[in-house]
Amino acid sequence: MSDALVRFVGVRKWFPVTKGLIANLLDRGEKKNVRAVDGITFEIRRGEVFGLAGESGSGKSTVGRLAIRLLDVTDGQVLFDGQDLGAMSREELRQTRRRMQVIFQDPLASLNPRMTIGQAIEHPALIHLPELSAQERTQRVLTLLDDVGMSPPELYYGKYPHQISGGQRQRIVIARALITAPELIVADEPIAMADVSVRAVLLDLMMKLKEEFDLTYLFITHDLATAKYVCDRIAIMYLGEIIEIGTLAEIYEHPQHPYTRALLDAVPVPDPLHRRLEPLPPGEIPNPINPPPGCRFHPRCPIAVEGICNVDPPQLIQVVGDSVDHLAACHLRTGAHQDLDPERVSG
Amino acid sequence: MTDALYSVRNLSVEYGTRQGPVKAVNDVSFDIRKNEILGLVGESGCGKSTLGKAMLRMITKPGEITGGQLLFGGHDLMTLSSREMRSLRGSRLGMVFQDPMTSLNPVQRIVDHLTETILAHEKTTTAAAARTRASELVERLGIRRERIDDYPHQFSGGMRQRVMIALALALHADLVIADEPTTSLDVIVEAKFLDLLRELRDEFDLTIVMITHNIGVVAEIADRVAVMYAGRMAEIGDVREVFARPLHPYAEGLLKSVPNIELDGQELYKMDGSPPNLAFTPPGCSFHPRCPKALPICSDQVPVLRSVRADQETACWLYDDQTVEIAR
Repeated sequence: MSDALVRFVGVRKWFPVTKGLIANLLDRGEKKNVRAVDGITFEIRRGEVFGLAGESGSGKSTVGRLAIRLLDVTDGQVLFDGQDLGAMSREELRQTRRRMQVIFQDPLASLNPRMTIGQAIEHPALIHLPELSAQERTQRVLTLLDDVGMSPPELYYGKYPHQISGGQRQRIVIARALITAPELIVADEPIAMADVSVRAVLLDLMMKLKEEFDLTYLFITHDLATAKYVCDRIAIMYLGEIIEIGTLAEIYEHPQHPYTRALLDAVPVPDPLHRRLEPLPPGEIPNPINPPPGCRFHPRCPIAVEGICNVDPPQLIQVVGDSVDHLAACHLRTGAHQDLDPERVSG
Repeated sequence: MTDALYSVRNLSVEYGTRQGPVKAVNDVSFDIRKNEILGLVGESGCGKSTLGKAMLRMITKPGEITGGQLLFGGHDLMTLSSREMRSLRGSRLGMVFQDPMTSLNPVQRIVDHLTETILAHEKTTTAAAARTRASELVERLGIRRERIDDYPHQFSGGMRQRVMIALALALHADLVIADEPTTSLDVIVEAKFLDLLRELRDEFDLTIVMITHNIGVVAEIADRVAVMYAGRMAEIGDVREVFARPLHPYAEGLLKSVPNIELDGQELYKMDGSPPNLAFTPPGCSFHPRCPKALPICSDQVPVLRSVRADQETACWLYDDQTVEIAR
């Protein structure tokens, strides 16, 4: 039995689309929803770095927000350490919140420009750790500043966010996330805004802190090269669904879903001698208000079979020959129609 | 000798700020060769976008080109009137920006953007001919002909970026300066856009300057690469040479800090510090405080760009014979 810290069970998150005023008054027009997350089940295990990758509009950031109940689910359950976040009372939720923190992409937007760095890091402790004295809090802040590489900490304590660099700001956001000693950190594109030369340093810091503070990360990214560098397991999302999930080696070495393969193949490689081999799928990610029937990827899929893929939604099923962790949702690769897979047919 | 299509000589651009003048581009010289794709890379604030804009003389207050020459088509663009410059821009010099939505007029149909550009520059072309040309071009870029009567918001990000390229191609631009054209695109769309750019370069005899922070994109598309740091050119050369054997310690560190999806168990290089604030650039080589190989001279004197290998130049004291001699 694996030790799940977070478990999503059949989670849906639909956002209603606002109609125009007139249509609303007359109650005309059909009710539409953006199906940002549309029935996903997976678990994040204690102590792992769980990657969630996909293109913009795939629903990955919504999953991050659902994991810490910044959003309420439309359907299904999100369990944190076995308890349903949706069924908690305000007080229970408040108690649980200190065990989960989030890091967003833009550190400048995450920090109050009128708060000093010291105040910013201290702030969650005021809410969640009232038992600490002012002196203890300050001491904690200073220790954390040192932990995230801002030393000497006394120098930075009184500075304002605009007085430090972007990479340093992200360190402050990380330090603030750590002050309540959380178990889970949702990191939503944590290095996307950082300069290229600073990214590796930040990633390394996050991994070091993970060991030091026994953290579990939900690492949300569009960059599969970065994900490969940090994740233990990874899930690929497309139009609100998880279409493949597995260990790092399984996903990168033998991806099954045609979309996973396309995504991996499209990542720009920092080597001028490298050339892409596979043709890229046509079109772009469709509108999540009205996703295609059957397999949502079928209109762009190179191996889709008429009458199957455009009719039946495929289930996430274990990949034959791989570990129980490797699942993919494809009729031709893991489903009932593997005899139709051109790869299999050609031998 | 390869022929230069466009030569930048000793270009400097300053912005007036409350902290005093900031040199965003500082004495930069380089050539763009005919028919090449030149990748211009650097981190935010290194001056690469300012350089791209300056090459089209599109710097606006509080910025100003404070010196240098822009040699193109037998002229120094700095000596042209703004009227002459305007007719050159959009015709022989094209541009594509990061966010196509801010470059396209939301209340104008796609076709009108194209025909307006054509008609503004070609007095003798009829509206019908311009429309035909616009639809042919759009189709060549992989957008169905009937969609040219749509508005920009009906297009996806990738399609909008294709329209921007179409605008440059409509008047047979010689040089297209593309500033982060794929940054707002998803990877699959980005990869397709890069493929398209490469095809168009051959088909339309284009020369492209691709400004980007994405090292992977440069590796994929560029023939040569120019690396900027703190307003100056740190290294420029053949993309295979620079990636295989970077000369400048900054270029070397930058390339080693990028995750490569093709590698397993890769160790990323962790560069010290962060890029400087251009209002307070360090003296000498502006990279010296972060440089693992800095010599005493580096904090004192600015190195100039010099040729070190065939088709590879760098501005670094490590490759100056005399300094190396003294250091020994």
